[in-house]
Amino acid sequence: MSQPTTIANASGMPRTRFGRAYFRYAVEPWLYLSPAVLLICFVMLIPLFIGVSYSVQSINLLRPFDTGYIGLENFAELGDDKRFWTAMVNTFWWTFGSVTLQFLLGLGLAMLLTRPFHGKRIVQALVFLPWAVPTFLIALTWAWLLNPIIGPLPHWWAAMGILGEPYNILSNPETAMWGPIMANVWYGVPFFAITLLAALQSIPGELYEAAEIDGATPWQCFTKITLPFLGPMIAITVMLRAIWVANFADLIYVMTGGGPANSTQILSTYIFTTAFRKLDFGYASAIAVALLAVLFVYAALLLVIRAKLVKT
Amino acid sequence: MASAFRPSPVMVTLKYAAILGYVAFALFPLYWLVKIALTPDALIFSDGTALWPSALTFDNFRKVIFQSDFMGYFTNSVIVSLSTAAATTLIAAAAGYAFSRFRFRGKGIVIALMLLTQMFPLLMIIAPIYKIVSSLGMLNSLTSLIVVYTAFNIPFATFLMQSFFDGIPKDLEEAAMIDGCTRPQALRLVILPLTLPGLAATLGFVFTAAWSELLFALMLISKNDAMTFPVGLLTFVSKFSVDWGQMMAAGVLALVPSCLFFFFIQRYLVQGLTSGAVKG
Repeated sequence: MSQPTTIANASGMPRTRFGRAYFRYAVEPWLYLSPAVLLICFVMLIPLFIGVSYSVQSINLLRPFDTGYIGLENFAELGDDKRFWTAMVNTFWWTFGSVTLQFLLGLGLAMLLTRPFHGKRIVQALVFLPWAVPTFLIALTWAWLLNPIIGPLPHWWAAMGILGEPYNILSNPETAMWGPIMANVWYGVPFFAITLLAALQSIPGELYEAAEIDGATPWQCFTKITLPFLGPMIAITVMLRAIWVANFADLIYVMTGGGPANSTQILSTYIFTTAFRKLDFGYASAIAVALLAVLFVYAALLLVIRAKLVKT
Repeated sequence: MASAFRPSPVMVTLKYAAILGYVAFALFPLYWLVKIALTPDALIFSDGTALWPSALTFDNFRKVIFQSDFMGYFTNSVIVSLSTAAATTLIAAAAGYAFSRFRFRGKGIVIALMLLTQMFPLLMIIAPIYKIVSSLGMLNSLTSLIVVYTAFNIPFATFLMQSFFDGIPKDLEEAAMIDGCTRPQALRLVILPLTLPGLAATLGFVFTAAWSELLFALMLISKNDAMTFPVGLLTFVSKFSVDWGQMMAAGVLALVPSCLFFFFIQRYLVQGLTSGAVKG
């Protein structure tokens, strides 16, 4: 497409042509964009600013006469709030556990699917299916699977000797976090498999052929060709996915509600329960700002790591 | 592959065992959901962990469909998801077209703002949204949900649509416009038919996203007759938590639209992945 300025500045351009060019290059795109921009501004960006402003106010719908600016009081309260710090630590374990397992299983699946085999199409369709299941249903299904009254998992684990007796791991603070992590892994493996499969297929096949002729074992092919090729891409995908998982509250909220004894409370579920159950919007917004700050630090680290990866 | 290197039978067996393991892992939870939904109430406990129910019944589905509020929730969810999908796709197609075909001042800022909306935790705005919606008197209305969901999905849908438009050569519509078409005509006659798969994919993605959204719906909807399916199902679960068969029958119903969409889209997904594949 030619530059708008060259058309507009060309000498002897009739006014009408100039008007039309101006319309075409400066007004027309905004005509198409305006509904999207207006909606995003009014439903997302302005509420975002309002939300940040709530964090320095006292806004609790249960105490309507107690409303007003209170400075950093909410944040001071956060410092003393044991639940908040527990949630911070839990957020780390939830994200780390989920993403690591999703990635490893996803990589395994992608490696299996790169090579042709009988029934590949149907296998592909079936293993990607969890990705399409609504998240609230994933949470309920796994909560039911883990329930000894109705689900088989506790009985199997007891029979295998993993559990002493068939009880619900979701009701034990020591083990509860594994429930949502399992559900999240089930849900997230297809995402990693799809992404990694696309990346694997971009590696030139000649490399593997040459390696095989030179007598390389499959393990050597994997560590010397596949991993170096996929390395940077893997790092970026994993780190971006971690942000998404850290914010992902649905599974935990439905499966445990953050309990028992806050053992599965992560920052995003804590924001939601504070806003939804206690209607304490000021405090919920303060937690949200804290989460945002954590993510910001993480993103900054990510950029530094990315710069290092690209250099080498 | 076979010419240069023949894998040992052990490796082949292991490979198929691993594939089978993945398929079982992916399907088992859904199988269990359907199994309990089809087991008669009297047999749920005596069957225990038996993999196959000793008798089948559609009673649970009959009760859920005819004797509960679930059809109302289902209808609400269909209305919300369809309207959201249609509105988002229309708006995102226009925006994606502008990104793909024009260079203009402020483009960078708009793209940056859209990326920003993808970065911050959405729960940050749940309280402000509640306040705004309630001050407009729009709590418990499906319209407010549709507007909110549409805004949430626009950034992703816009980038998706832009990538589809980028795949269509610009010359096509420019040729049509040189031949005397106006831009709207060129869009309708030349571009629209080529973008249909892209539009369908966007519709499907947004529909499933709206179908499974839970937390904002919980916040904004508290009246029974305005509940969407996720909210209704959770309310049902917390109220009648011993009615296993019916809960799972309702769960199976929630699965139906997503699975329909998935089987429609996964052909393209797999095709898109394998078309560029180098034969190993």
